[in-house]
Amino acid sequence: MSGVLAAPSVSAQQPEPPSNDTCQTCHAEPSMTRADGRPVVVPPDRFASSIHATLSCVDCHTDLAKTTDFPHPERLAPVSCAACHDEPAAGLARSVHGMLSGAAALQCTSCHGPPHEIRPSSDFQSRTHKLQIAETCAQCHSGLAGPGARRGPAVAPMFADSIHAVALERTTVAPTCTDCHRSHDILRKTDAKSPVHPPNIPATCGTCHANQHRLFSDSVHAQELAGGNPRAPQCASCHTAHRMAATASDQWQLSAVEQCGTCHREALATYRDSFHGQVTALGFTPVAKCADCHESHRVFRVSDVRSSVSPQNGLTTCRTCHPSATANFIQFQPHANKDDPERSPALYYAARVMNALLLGVFLFFGGHTLLWFARERLGPSDEGERRG
Amino acid sequence: MAEARYVRRFGRVERIQHLVLFVTFLGLAATGLPLLFSDAAWAPPLAQLFGGFGVTGTLHRLFAVGLIGVFLVHVASVTVRVVRGERGILWGPTSLVPQPRDIVELYRHVRWFLRRGPKPAFDRYTYWEKFDYLAVFWGMVIIGFSGLMLWFPELFARVLPGWVFNVALLVHGEEALLAVGFIVTIHFFNSHMRPHKFPMDMVMFTGVVPEEEYARERPLEYERLRATSALEARLAPPPDPDFVRRTRLGGFVAIAVGSILFLLIVFAVLSR
Repeated sequence: MSGVLAAPSVSAQQPEPPSNDTCQTCHAEPSMTRADGRPVVVPPDRFASSIHATLSCVDCHTDLAKTTDFPHPERLAPVSCAACHDEPAAGLARSVHGMLSGAAALQCTSCHGPPHEIRPSSDFQSRTHKLQIAETCAQCHSGLAGPGARRGPAVAPMFADSIHAVALERTTVAPTCTDCHRSHDILRKTDAKSPVHPPNIPATCGTCHANQHRLFSDSVHAQELAGGNPRAPQCASCHTAHRMAATASDQWQLSAVEQCGTCHREALATYRDSFHGQVTALGFTPVAKCADCHESHRVFRVSDVRSSVSPQNGLTTCRTCHPSATANFIQFQPHANKDDPERSPALYYAARVMNALLLGVFLFFGGHTLLWFARERLGPSDEGERRG
Repeated sequence: MAEARYVRRFGRVERIQHLVLFVTFLGLAATGLPLLFSDAAWAPPLAQLFGGFGVTGTLHRLFAVGLIGVFLVHVASVTVRVVRGERGILWGPTSLVPQPRDIVELYRHVRWFLRRGPKPAFDRYTYWEKFDYLAVFWGMVIIGFSGLMLWFPELFARVLPGWVFNVALLVHGEEALLAVGFIVTIHFFNSHMRPHKFPMDMVMFTGVVPEEEYARERPLEYERLRATSALEARLAPPPDPDFVRRTRLGGFVAIAVGSILFLLIVFAVLSR
């Protein structure tokens, strides 16, 4: 093999750089070691199938280009991947991985593996092949300490159970870590330039979920998000970032209700007082949940004619489940509040009457019962049984 | 020693009505409470135990049909008796309708509790029995109607405004809470668990009560029966001991189920 990228000699005095064959004289030999006993072998077959197989050794180990004296010194100048891969290297340098302090900072090889064995990412055996990336990231993101005792947020196990990971087993259209986080310039989600910075998430997810992105972008949630409301929801607020359950699953549908309730507290509390909310609290889904009435992505204010629960659209929405619903029927308040006399007057007074009734009955008969018990228990058993 | 004589208090139809009433009542409570206290830790497993949401709802409606049935049979039988001219049903000492005498008896009974007077003489139905009866009666009307509204909302919404269903759900649940709480704490005590009756008054299961006990507890009724020589016709043989044993077991199961449901309510209310 010869160094195809080797520069032609510019001067007759310049010595010929050593060819790969020369290097392999020593480096193909598994028994050759450094002074400390570590092998120096570069397995020829693995290098031959690496993407860099066409390069000369000295293309990377540039300080050996002029060496004529072998064996060369053990310590060589560090190889700079940036010499050819300037953009990825610059990305890593400004990424959360590259900015880790000192020795913890990730190197190219942290992800791409042993430098002489790097395969093209189209190769199934490459550590950066789409199907391998999750495992590569899991080195540090599994919750256990990875190489160099690095331990990133433990998101890999969550992703492993996600609908994305399941889909990835069937089609490489499904996303892996790098589709959302990018590969080299991975930024913290607090960084406004990060694709997973909350306001950027709809666009990121929209790369694949274009229609959902389109539907969401008109919604009141999207407006709030664009307006800088830090509590405004984006995709991951409901769908979660890594766990990402199938939306058809009962578990996800029920958790989405709770998620809406983290902001819409009063709406959740009044929903829980309704038949719909009681059934879902029991763990069953075949009744109205938030998104069944309010829609999932196209959420608008009730006053907005586009809203599925606006006065104009309410009947149509109720009829999804109650096909013979009438104008009377939709006077039902799905979020009636028994403590709000303004909004639910009938319910408010009914609740007061029922409370008074229960209290009255139990106080009266409670006292009656206690007195009776005391009389029969403590009184002489026969006295009083005979009437005076 | 002569065998104790018994007086018949309740006929077969009344005992069967009570049986169907308490079985369907407990069934309705058990299948309805998980929904009313859906936020309680015990609610989802209990609903799962019944076979999930669909089955729990179906059972609830089946029990409801049974209870509505026994209610209609009862109302019909009372109506027939009134129409046929039977006296003493709507007023008088043998009636279940509250009357001024009940206020007097309540007053005297409380005085007896407080050792301020003798135990009052009761007639066929005491004031607390009348309350038991009427509470169940009004409870069934209210819970029954609100339940039917919630069962067939689209039908009822043809004539009723939608907010009625908000009220119906609240009333259905609160009234059910009142019913379960009342039955377990008040009815169980008044009729079964109080020291002089402990652990259970079998009269609603056997229909008969020892003559001596009846003379002591319902002196007015007893004296009237003797005076009109109707007593002989009301005398009955002692209940079959085997039947008593079996129904006592059934009664204990009912009391246990009722008590467990009540404790679940208490637990749910306290952990809110």
